[in-house]
Amino acid sequence: MPHLSTYVALADHSEQTLADSLRAVAEGHARQADVFHTCNTLAGWSDQHRQDLAPVVERYGEQEDVDEPERLRADALTSTREGEIGLLRDLQDLHLLATLVHSTWTVIAQGAQGLRDQQLLDVATSSREETTRQLTWLTTRMKQAAPQALIVAP
Amino acid sequence: MSTNSTTSDRVAKVFGEPTPHRRGTVWPARVDQYLDEGIDERDVDRWVQSACLLCSNGCGADIAVKDGRMVGIRGRAGDTVSHGRLGPKGLYGSTPWASSPDRLTRPLVREDGRLVETDWDTAMGRIVEVSKRLLAEKGPLSHGFYTSGQLFLEEYYTLAVIGKAGLGTPHMDGNTRLCTATSAAAFKESFGADGQPGSYTDIEHCDAIFLYGHNMPETQTVLWTRILDRTRGEDPPRIVCVDPRRTAVAEEALRTGGVHLAPRVGTNLALMNGLVRELFVHDWITHEWVAEHTVGVDKLRETVEPYTPEHVADICGIDPDDLRSAARIFGESENVLSTVLQGFYQSHQATASSVAVHNLHLLRGMIGRPGAGVLQMNGQPTAQNNRECGADGDLPGFRNWDNLDHVRQLADAWNVDVMTIPHWAPPTHAMQIMSYAETGSIGFLWISATNPAVSMPESARIRKILAGDQCFTVVQDLFLTETAELADVVLPAAGWGEKTGCFTNVNRVVHLSEQAVEPPGEARSDLDIFLMYADAMGFTDRDGAPVVPWRTPEEAFDAWAAVTAGRPVDYTGLSYAKLRGPSGIPWPVNAEHPDGTDRLYADAIFPTDTDYCETYGHDLITGGTVSEQEHRAMAPAGRAYLKGAPYTPAHETPSDEYPLLFTTGRTVFQFHTRTKTGRARSLDQAAPDAWVELSPADAGPLGISEGDWVRVESPRGAIEVRARIGRVMQGAVFAPFHYGHWNPDDLVDAEHRTANELTMTVWDPVSKQPSFKTAACRVTRLRAGDGPAPAPTNTASAPASGANDVEARVPATGGGSATSSRVLAETPGYALDPSQIESGREDH
Ligand code: SF4
Repeated sequence: MPHLSTYVALADHSEQTLADSLRAVAEGHARQADVFHTCNTLAGWSDQHRQDLAPVVERYGEQEDVDEPERLRADALTSTREGEIGLLRDLQDLHLLATLVHSTWTVIAQGAQGLRDQQLLDVATSSREETTRQLTWLTTRMKQAAPQALIVAP
Repeated sequence: MSTNSTTSDRVAKVFGEPTPHRRGTVWPARVDQYLDEGIDERDVDRWVQSACLLCSNGCGADIAVKDGRMVGIRGRAGDTVSHGRLGPKGLYGSTPWASSPDRLTRPLVREDGRLVETDWDTAMGRIVEVSKRLLAEKGPLSHGFYTSGQLFLEEYYTLAVIGKAGLGTPHMDGNTRLCTATSAAAFKESFGADGQPGSYTDIEHCDAIFLYGHNMPETQTVLWTRILDRTRGEDPPRIVCVDPRRTAVAEEALRTGGVHLAPRVGTNLALMNGLVRELFVHDWITHEWVAEHTVGVDKLRETVEPYTPEHVADICGIDPDDLRSAARIFGESENVLSTVLQGFYQSHQATASSVAVHNLHLLRGMIGRPGAGVLQMNGQPTAQNNRECGADGDLPGFRNWDNLDHVRQLADAWNVDVMTIPHWAPPTHAMQIMSYAETGSIGFLWISATNPAVSMPESARIRKILAGDQCFTVVQDLFLTETAELADVVLPAAGWGEKTGCFTNVNRVVHLSEQAVEPPGEARSDLDIFLMYADAMGFTDRDGAPVVPWRTPEEAFDAWAAVTAGRPVDYTGLSYAKLRGPSGIPWPVNAEHPDGTDRLYADAIFPTDTDYCETYGHDLITGGTVSEQEHRAMAPAGRAYLKGAPYTPAHETPSDEYPLLFTTGRTVFQFHTRTKTGRARSLDQAAPDAWVELSPADAGPLGISEGDWVRVESPRGAIEVRARIGRVMQGAVFAPFHYGHWNPDDLVDAEHRTANELTMTVWDPVSKQPSFKTAACRVTRLRAGDGPAPAPTNTASAPASGANDVEARVPATGGGSATSSRVLAETPGYALDPSQIESGREDH
């Protein structure tokens, strides 16, 4: 099952990317108090997912050398953009990263089911549920920011 | 009972003469009255019907008029809210401001950096010019409106129509965001729509009252009087108090065999989860009712599972047995009434904590019958109307902005294109409006009847935003407030008693407040000002007719009543004529309930149906919105939601640098930013200047004693005020938020006392209410004072008990003018009062 372990590694990696990026956006848009606090909270969720996954990663062993899913890897946001339109774009980037995390958990849950790996299934299911909540917030916040950013922002 | 009138100083005797009575019997009537010194009852030319506008209680009152001036006030015995009573704020504070020499009487415009007097045409001309220019350049999203909790329903509704149908901006909010947004949000999450479920008459029928973060003796004195008349009467209810201060509520809790829970500031949700868990553990659950009328019980049980009494005790710093006792009182009482206010609303995890109060009631099926109810309180007198009418960004009539059919109903009523009405995103909340004004993305901001330069968090930042050139600011008020001083145009407004309109108290009771006198100088009613703007802007509907067709308050009221048809907040059975009766009337009032409705949900059917609800709900932790499809999939169909969330630590917790918790609040003798109460001698002398309260345990090591000047600092700012060694819990510092630099008595140092200099810009993810109650701070002693702190001694700011040296040195608060009071031998009939309806039946 080399591919499943690759996906487990991908989940771990993409959660980390998401957490780092959420924190970068929190810092970069700290003046927007809700963005600052919520992004930090959501980053904590991603940390937790990785912790929950850690025993599974250990069991399967890290697989860093498989090419295929490498292309699925996305880079973290290291710098953020300025202003209202910048916030909108950063949120959209986060949404992309979270979508990758979400689909990765979906794929892993399928694999875990096939293998009857209950521990992995639990981690994948509960993490995916929270990823859905991360995505929901990102969408809500983008919807709120979009009209002003697109039409009036200086 | 006597019918003789007694005289008293109601600053010293805040609650007046007690009228204790037995459970299940009607609350006796007592008529309280105040007349200006030198005025005798026989001198009064006429009494004009109204209700008190100095807190959310809305006590029915008549205004005394002599020679065209308001000279006093008298409670209305037949009013269902107050049974004739008035508190100190209502008595002393209702009228003096009106004839204050510093009233605004002419419009002002900014010329070369200074505000100068001008005429209405010039002032309005300037507003319209900027407004039209920005509309042409940037569209309606360049406009923002920030209103109040103190206008009348007709004014909010008119402004809502201007904003939503005329301009089409989603940027409308009120300072209700600071005081009551969580109440509305909590209702929506649990019951599907806003609307106070309970009634004040529950006080007469309950066997326990839980007050959550609600220092009622300080905020709604008449309501507390009503409770005292039960706790001091036969078969009294037990009181449970959740408050970090040893308030009068806490003392009453101990006196009645209840419990005082003093959780650490910012930990309310942990406490609530602990209480909910106890209900499950002891099976104090009404299973059949829960199964039939709620959704979400399993998930809730799971959420609260980790919150054992010991774990909660750790987080909150309380005794686990106190938690158990409080839960037992809830679990074993027949009828519990709960009230909730700022200690929850303005604190961390506000909506989730307030929703948890609903959870307790729902789990026991304690809602919708006399004695078993919830009162999510409001701070300000007309906050409710702001929410109902949509001047706070919501859609009028508790409609769902995410439901196109609801938006269409309004588009049809207003005869405008559905696309005009902003419904594509959640309405913009106050703090976000300010943030857009900060960057100039909102370039036109209209503030009416509120003083954000003092009342908003991080007030220094707010003042900078208002003073800057990036945003054109219009302020409409009674006085040149700290906010008005920064405006580009200032409009003089008529106040209470100088205009006619309706408002609705926290208990859904609608009162008509008639014009008693003429406004001073060129001041105009807020309604007239909004109409003037609408006319000048030429807002028209699809047929080219004015979008705001009404001219008078009564016409505005009728237009409002018409759009409430079929909604939970149904005013269709109300009219000015009907409101001229002896009592205010609680909505819904319609064909089915022609005399109004004492409590909601008697049938246990909640407005949660997907097509009917005001919101599809939110994630209580993130504020992410639930979609229509997700809501439909849950098929709530009239069942209430049980929603839980885990506790998370507050955003700012004490550190080595800032070791104490800073929390803000109110005093009974002042209201909001003192615009009115600061101009009433009896009230102002009782609480003339700001202070902070420290616990003896914290003050000692800092070398601070009573009356010393201290500096209180957070990462955002500082105040320098005098210290009261008081009744806050150890580790916490309390400051009243009423005081800005406006200063009626030429105090020496009024520049450094705005409590909101210290608070943070952070808000609840669902209600968007800022948390004023959780910031970290440090305190240092500056110098000795020349006497005790200027804090009242007969309220929660009393000196620490046991600190005898302090108690002895601090003189008792008093010095209010004489008022009169008369207990009626025969209590009038109140149309919906269950005690009177049921009398004859022997249930207790
Ligand atoms: S309780 Fe409130 S409404 Fe009633 S008199 Fe006092 S301030 Fe006015």
